[in-house]
Amino acid sequence: MNLSSDHLAIRTTCAYCGVGCGVQATPKGDGTATISGDTLHPANRGRLCVKGSALGETLGLEGRLLYPQVRGEDGLRRVSWDAALDQVAGQWRSIIAEHGPQAVALYVSGQLLTEDYYVANKLMKGYVGSANIDTNSRLCMSSAVAGYKRAFGEDLVPLCYDDLELADLVVLVGSNTAWCHPILFQRILRAKEQRPEMKLVVIDPRRTATCELADLHLPVKAGTDVWLFNGLLSYLARIGAMDPAFVEQHTNGLTAALETANIDCADPAAVARICRIDPALLLEFYELYAATAKTITAYSMGVNQSSAGTDKVNAIINCHLIGGRIGQPGMGPFSITGQPNAMGGREVGGLANMLAAHMDLENPEHRDVVQTFWDAPVMADSGGLKAVDLFKAIEEGSIKAVWVIGTNPVVSMPDADQVRRALSRCELVVASDIMQHTDTNEYADVLLPALGWGEKDGTVTNSERRISRQRAFLPAPGEALADWKILSLFAQRMGYSGFDFRSAHGVFAEHARLSGFRNTAADVPRMFDISGLAGLNAREYDDMEPTQWPVRRLASGQLEVEERLFADRQFATADGKARFVPTATRAPVNAVSEDFPLVLNTGRVRDQWHTMTRTGKAPTLADHTAESFVDIHPQDALLHGVREGELARISSEWGAMVARVQHGGGIPRGSVFIPIHWNNQTASDARVGALVNPEVDPVSGEPEFKHTPVRIEQFRVNWHGFILSRSSKALDSVAHWTRIQGRSFNRYELAGRNVIKDYSGWARTLLGVHDADADWLEYEDRTAGVYRAVHIVDDRIEQCIFLSPRQDMPSRAWLASLFCKDVLSEIDRVGLLVGMPVEKGADAGPTVCSCFGVGRNTICQSIVEKDLKTVQEVTACLKAGGNCGSCVPEIKKILVQTRVEAAEEKL
Amino acid sequence: MNKPALVVIGNGMAGMRTVEELLKLAPEMYDITVFGAEPHGNYNRIMLSPVLAGEKQMDDIMINSREWYVQNGITLHAGDPVEHIDRRNRVVRARSGLMVRYDRLLIATGSKPFIIPVPGHQLKGVLAFRDIQDVESMLAMARNHRHAVIIGGGLLGLEAANGLQRQGMSVTVVHVSDALMNQQLDKPAAQLLQKALEAKGLKFLMNAQTEEIVGPDRVTGVRFKDGSVIPADLVVMTAGVRPNIELAKAAGLHCDRAIVVDDTLQTYDPRVYAVGECVQHRSATFGLVAPIWDQARVCGAHLAGAGVRRYVQQTSPTRLKVTGVELYSVGDFIGGEGSEDLVLRDARRGVYKRLVLKGGRLTGAVLYGDVKDGPWYFKLIQSGADIAAIRPTLLFGEALSARAA
Repeated sequence: MNLSSDHLAIRTTCAYCGVGCGVQATPKGDGTATISGDTLHPANRGRLCVKGSALGETLGLEGRLLYPQVRGEDGLRRVSWDAALDQVAGQWRSIIAEHGPQAVALYVSGQLLTEDYYVANKLMKGYVGSANIDTNSRLCMSSAVAGYKRAFGEDLVPLCYDDLELADLVVLVGSNTAWCHPILFQRILRAKEQRPEMKLVVIDPRRTATCELADLHLPVKAGTDVWLFNGLLSYLARIGAMDPAFVEQHTNGLTAALETANIDCADPAAVARICRIDPALLLEFYELYAATAKTITAYSMGVNQSSAGTDKVNAIINCHLIGGRIGQPGMGPFSITGQPNAMGGREVGGLANMLAAHMDLENPEHRDVVQTFWDAPVMADSGGLKAVDLFKAIEEGSIKAVWVIGTNPVVSMPDADQVRRALSRCELVVASDIMQHTDTNEYADVLLPALGWGEKDGTVTNSERRISRQRAFLPAPGEALADWKILSLFAQRMGYSGFDFRSAHGVFAEHARLSGFRNTAADVPRMFDISGLAGLNAREYDDMEPTQWPVRRLASGQLEVEERLFADRQFATADGKARFVPTATRAPVNAVSEDFPLVLNTGRVRDQWHTMTRTGKAPTLADHTAESFVDIHPQDALLHGVREGELARISSEWGAMVARVQHGGGIPRGSVFIPIHWNNQTASDARVGALVNPEVDPVSGEPEFKHTPVRIEQFRVNWHGFILSRSSKALDSVAHWTRIQGRSFNRYELAGRNVIKDYSGWARTLLGVHDADADWLEYEDRTAGVYRAVHIVDDRIEQCIFLSPRQDMPSRAWLASLFCKDVLSEIDRVGLLVGMPVEKGADAGPTVCSCFGVGRNTICQSIVEKDLKTVQEVTACLKAGGNCGSCVPEIKKILVQTRVEAAEEKL
Repeated sequence: MNKPALVVIGNGMAGMRTVEELLKLAPEMYDITVFGAEPHGNYNRIMLSPVLAGEKQMDDIMINSREWYVQNGITLHAGDPVEHIDRRNRVVRARSGLMVRYDRLLIATGSKPFIIPVPGHQLKGVLAFRDIQDVESMLAMARNHRHAVIIGGGLLGLEAANGLQRQGMSVTVVHVSDALMNQQLDKPAAQLLQKALEAKGLKFLMNAQTEEIVGPDRVTGVRFKDGSVIPADLVVMTAGVRPNIELAKAAGLHCDRAIVVDDTLQTYDPRVYAVGECVQHRSATFGLVAPIWDQARVCGAHLAGAGVRRYVQQTSPTRLKVTGVELYSVGDFIGGEGSEDLVLRDARRGVYKRLVLKGGRLTGAVLYGDVKDGPWYFKLIQSGADIAAIRPTLLFGEALSARAA
């Protein structure tokens, strides 16, 4: 049912975070599309964040993997699908014959659609007979899954997005929602604007953009969340802020949980000391929580990515259970997932310790249900290796073949250099991807081209259990195929029956049927039930509206949907009661030491996604944060001899990287923060994964991304520089570089250690300008080490390079703008080597609002000149912040700063 | 006749400028007599190039007409050069036999073109480029001859070449080294200049040693050391000038390369002053107009008895007067040990700029193609200002440096 007024528009869902916003894509017929928010989608009601808005910029085919390729002695060569899959199937068969089914593995992704995930899981667990299929969701929300299962008996997110607007208190824990889930954050903010009495509390070691609009920010010491929530549980029990009837009738285990909490968290002063926050602040939070029935605690990676991640989740859930804050509108513990289809992966059992349709591997009854349904020859009967162990096993040689699908573990895994070692030793590495060049693909023996967003078709499930369609609006490029199709073709070659799917619809129908199979109270009851969607015909599947599960078809033929779970206070445990889980406090596995005195925290920046294979293509998204950075407190910087704007080497026991030092990210003393996105395709040495300790949560297996002891030291260079070029450059000879996508150019930030004797010759070689008569402008102050050159072809700027021993080079903005011109004017040409327009023009400064391209200087200027007082006034004046709103916190900050500065100047 | 007598030998720019300076201070002090070799009033020799190029007429370049001499009570003997100075009796004798007594003598005999003494240099059609007579000869020959050869690719040679080419001749410039204007330009600028002039149609023979001017009676060609010959109907020698000091030497005045003067422009004879291209001050000789104006000011003042000024040598900029070629050179543009360079090249736009720094100060500049900041650099060189703060923008000009500061 396509209700769009524009008949060409295709309704689909966003490719990025777990909010799962509806997107309307209108193909323009040239491989591009106009993107807007889908006003009918309940997650976003037409709004999109900056990443979503820029989806259109990621559709180009440059850099795409378009044909199957096989690595031979002289590198990769193109082969047919038949040849590629025959080779993989042949090698898998012989490895399985010789070493057993545990010697092969799949490593998949929360980027996969549910249908892809379903086939992958079925293949491994029912046919290969191994549970060695894990996913990058392990790195993201497996602690949340484990926590829910321990508390509720099944992986169940109790509430829905609408609850955020109904809550009186929203507590965000370990979640920079403003940047990572902008649309949800906007919903919270709008609710707060309408009901100012609604409170927002942020618990995060960093003062992130999310804190800008919070009533309370608790900057807890990294890794102390369990103390905080144990303390809260203890406090609630002590002051009697409980729901005794609920606890009595619908839960188990409070006594044990309280005993554990009281061991070291009964005294709020002690808790405050451990958490390193002001005791008054802590009590203010506890009192607020105790006094507010409609409370939501929403959490993401700051909670999950920890060696105590599952306990953190249960410590949070315990606090909800003691007061009965669950199952009613506006309350509950809410895990917000990072990936577009992390939830879909959970539903089909796409993790090593799950089966399918919310059934357990270890449960013989569950195995029987699934085996019967699949008519599977051989069922895996115990958990497979979770991500970190999986790659260890590959390095050790017990796993001989791995197939990586839609993810980039060489960048994203902890101890990522270990992953590199593992892949380089592995007998057979297959990678299905949409990009030709990724850090992981460098190790692939076989590359298989998959469909990307806009080309593939199927379903995803967002953080509120809402299944939405992703619909294709572009043709398949090259020979790329859907992942479910690739896996099915492979399974058929392996000689497996049950993979004769002809469409995503066929896969989905089977998945939906399985969820309802023997799903009765008398047989094997599961709350995950989408059997109501099992009977959809192809047309109905195509037209499927976003639907929350569980969804069953009533006898009347109507669909019955549960927006929020546990309204009846019945949980998915054997006795129907929720469980308190005792959560003993424990510090992160690796403590800081003299050698590694700082705690590394990792996370996202506002405008990038994962390893940048898609967002890295969008110039709009490159402006906000161009380079990888290490955020550090100014006093720590002083202590460790690094300076803002300069490069630093950050190292841990596991690896090292180089990034630019910055302040102002709200980092507390003793920690540093580094974003996760940059990798070998975008920078010389910026894979933060290489540093991260491979410690995992004992229950969930989720790695401890938020706590690795590191040290930081100056990365000494002789010169700094940048290149803007229409072509891409091989910069292996340069000590440090980062590539940034611009509008019709690549930007490289450089730094070098080599002494350049002949600047002109060196620059020409680096930029590949060998023609002596090329239109080449240069400026040289040799003794000062300053060199600038511009290469022009047919009166159009082709590339330029600027070098200096200091960070004193001109802003890249004006030079960058010249790449949009077909012909340089005389006055442009005069300014080239200056790097500035020679007639005084306005420099907008670094981009704040990516949607409207509004720079910081422009905003500051308007604030002063027009005496703007509120964000609304700024928006009214400059549009900035008026679209996605992601930059509103920054505008607010700028507003305060600028007004203070202006006031001081007047004095 | 109570007033003391001032005799000026040389009716050129240096001599007359000194007289003007003197008149400003002490208009009635001397009886002034001026002898000039050329039969004209006083004209601007620098402007001969535009006259040759047809951009200016002779009238345009006259500085002082004969009426001016009359109005100022100056006796002018134009076309009657002085041939002898009798210092003991303080008398000069002109070619006409006229003898004039002096109390003060000012020698401003300028310089003579250097005519390379190769065989055939006396042939008809071999000229220098020094005075109105030369220009008139060239203009006349240009009307019915085809091939001009300029020997000497310096400032004057290039202006002559440009002028003759504008008069319709096919011009070849012969230069002994591999770079034009090597007194004022570094190699990159010289190459740009050569390219630009070639584009205008001039031909160049670089590293060419002239061996003989060929011709039976008037010139027909020029032969080089390597044996090659090019046709020539007109040969212009612009291979430098020599200070014109025969007269002073014969009078026993102390001369080195030129007449040696002190900071007041006085020679070793206290009654005798000298200015212009014929003098040597602290081992330097002069060819550009700016230092000569300075000398005239100092000398004029001393003649007027207001002797407090001292002549201080200062660097002075060079510009080439060839339409369409922008060129500015000033100071120590070679640099070398202990100096630093700022260089900008934009070959396609025909822009080359080089600044030479020493000890944080600007000491020289070569600008080609974009010379608008030349005067600013000249000022910075003269003032010896510390440019450390504006170094990053210095080469991009005054406007940007002001913005940056």
